[in-house]
Amino acid sequence: MKTTNRKIISESEKRQRVYFGVTLIVIGLLIYLIFGLNTPAGAMATFGLNLSGAHAFEVPDLVLPAQTGIYAMATIAVFAGAYQLARGTRSTGWLTGILAFTFVVSFLLWAAQDKSFSLTGMLSSSVVRATPIVLAALCGVISERAAVINIGIEGIMLMAAQIAVITATLSGNLYVGLLSAILIGGLIAALHAYLVIRFKVDQTVSSVAINIFGAGATAFISSRFMQSAGDTLNNSGTFPIISIPLLSKIPVLGPVLFENNLVVYLAIVLVIAMHILLYYTPWGLRTRAVGEHPKAADTLGVNVYLTRYVNVILGGMIAGLGGAYFTIGSVGRFDEAMTAGKGFIGLAAMIFGNWNPIGAYASSLIFGFADSLQVKLQILRIPIPSEFLLMAPYIVTMIILTGVVGRATPPAADGQPYEK
Amino acid sequence: MTTTAAPAPHARNKENHRSALLQELLIPVLAVVTGLILGAIVILASGENPLRAYGALFAGSFGAPGDLIEGIQSYAATGETRLLLRAIYPITESLVTATPYIFAGLSVALGFRCGLFNIGAEGQFFIGALCSAFAGYSLTGLPMILHLPLAILAGALGGAVWGMIPGYLKARFGAHEVVNTIMMNWIAFRLSDWLLNGPMKSSGFRPVTPNVLASAEMPRFFPDPLRFNLSFFLALLAAYLVYWFLFKTTLGFEIRSVGANPDAAKYAGMNIIRNFVLVMFLAVGLAGLAGSAQVLGVDHWVGQGFSAGYGFDAIAIALLGKSHPAGVVLAALLFGLLRSGATDMQSIARIPIDIISIIQGMVIIFIAAPDIIRWLYRIRTKKAEDTVLTRGWGK
Repeated sequence: MKTTNRKIISESEKRQRVYFGVTLIVIGLLIYLIFGLNTPAGAMATFGLNLSGAHAFEVPDLVLPAQTGIYAMATIAVFAGAYQLARGTRSTGWLTGILAFTFVVSFLLWAAQDKSFSLTGMLSSSVVRATPIVLAALCGVISERAAVINIGIEGIMLMAAQIAVITATLSGNLYVGLLSAILIGGLIAALHAYLVIRFKVDQTVSSVAINIFGAGATAFISSRFMQSAGDTLNNSGTFPIISIPLLSKIPVLGPVLFENNLVVYLAIVLVIAMHILLYYTPWGLRTRAVGEHPKAADTLGVNVYLTRYVNVILGGMIAGLGGAYFTIGSVGRFDEAMTAGKGFIGLAAMIFGNWNPIGAYASSLIFGFADSLQVKLQILRIPIPSEFLLMAPYIVTMIILTGVVGRATPPAADGQPYEK
Repeated sequence: MTTTAAPAPHARNKENHRSALLQELLIPVLAVVTGLILGAIVILASGENPLRAYGALFAGSFGAPGDLIEGIQSYAATGETRLLLRAIYPITESLVTATPYIFAGLSVALGFRCGLFNIGAEGQFFIGALCSAFAGYSLTGLPMILHLPLAILAGALGGAVWGMIPGYLKARFGAHEVVNTIMMNWIAFRLSDWLLNGPMKSSGFRPVTPNVLASAEMPRFFPDPLRFNLSFFLALLAAYLVYWFLFKTTLGFEIRSVGANPDAAKYAGMNIIRNFVLVMFLAVGLAGLAGSAQVLGVDHWVGQGFSAGYGFDAIAIALLGKSHPAGVVLAALLFGLLRSGATDMQSIARIPIDIISIIQGMVIIFIAAPDIIRWLYRIRTKKAEDTVLTRGWGK
């Protein structure tokens, strides 16, 4: 019995080993063929490590020989692939990491040859761009841990973004805008919760209705009131950058993490808080029980419906905060459809992060990186049409959803209505 | 594998059938009515007169009855068709608007029947339109009898291939099609941005494709500016074919089984992967046809923002039509009337066209939660069995 078991495992393991090994070697060869051969021998790539206007101590820029670096990356990928084919390691996470690292580094070396490229600037904008994504992902995590799917995050963020800018402009106070965004997020999520818990409406359908309603309502308000009113409704200003004393002085890390605005800090705090709440408090235990096995939780005296209501509404409030990022957290005005699919990308980050707050943040950072890379590359004028670079985050999302890079397991009862 | 109903007395059966049909219709009709009432409240809240707005909506969708009478009189008296044509212009425009909705609604409905939630009709519509436009302007020297079918086929195939990607990803990896089809929407928009500014750009300044050749245009039935054309009847034909496929063929039965209960279907020996990919292929092919109907029948060229809003509308139509082809046709006609009339409402009563999306969101909620409607109108009916549409993050 035992031997057959081992044999089955080794069969599938062998397949995965071959799969990853071959992929790594192919990527190594591609790096050599695409980037290596297109980079002249003497070209140097300069990576700026200082951000102008930042408080950090200055460090010298990183100057690397582009071609040598690319060849090194190609060698690492091929070597790792060969090792994987010959011996095989169990950790697909490491292999995926090597895969992504070698490809991205050689891509950057190729793009930045003979030019200067602000690495710190890009990392800093990755953190900023990851903010709405991680807030959407956290909304997903907290709802789905209690087994309620919410695909309406996009619609919630859109409405919150609009409410935030209107109330902030009218009151002249950004905090009023922030609060109303959070409130409207909670309100719409409460509607979703009511529909799916009380009326057992299909959770995806209810969310889609929220998305349609959100797109329609924001466009309606925008063209009926905001366009004619101009600056009196749609010009709030944004939260100022707060430099955290001492920490912001660290080279590279300082400007990236500790020179941001309130919404970005709130997102980071929420990630940590949610991790602690989910895994180290009675509330977290109840939530997870409701998401995995509601019947058992009910038997033990947990109020399944109440837990779901609370979690979905809290999630909506987090999504509302994410919506506030778009207007009062970044540009200070509302444009139709400005969320541009970030709510859905957040859901992908949630899945890739395995329904866990820290994982969700890590994957949001990857999306943020892809997003800011695309912007920086447009500035560098590399010979790839910008439209294709703009597709990158969406393609990355689809690849991640396939689960070939680490399979994710949703909460067992995810998406199912509970009947006593 | 055949389904047999228990034989019942003939007359009784017929009566049951009729009351069942009425019940089926009751909830959607009430949902639409309630949506319109709530829409009126929104209009009122935004400081406009809802009666004036809905009056403009009606005149814009059906045409003013007075005009019609005048037109018929003038035609009977003098044989002059100008006034009559002007009177029927609004209703023909509504049918023209409804045509792509029928195709797109059928597309989403077909997915629902197999348990797939295709939310990406918008991008698929765009891809279909671009493929049809390409075939329409690049193939030259063909007679219409060849060129038009080829251009239609190009749209259907282009859409279908686009749709096989999320279908395959769902079947093979369990990747949720809702997120994937939305991602593919954005990819489609970026791709079209690039195509319209580069390879497919016409010689002018604007980012639009060249006009399709006359031999690839759908024949129109009335002189300009009436745009009513052959594609409306093609859409009706497509609805009939989908009905026939779903309810009269073994493959259709298999698809409905997979949708109703994938596990049971699997144990019965049905190939889930093949069904998912096949349904996505056909469904997105239909969405592609929606794009070709619009480009070959109405616009004759494709520009940016061509397909705005069709994806979400298609979902609302499929839900409203209960995923049945006949229901989809009726729902699409309703949406055609609403959308076409809303343009007039926007210009006459200054109500933004987006009010229709607000009403749609509410209608979808009411359709998905018939209990709300039953509660609102105190209807006491036995609960009809609801079809399961989606299952979490898929398996």
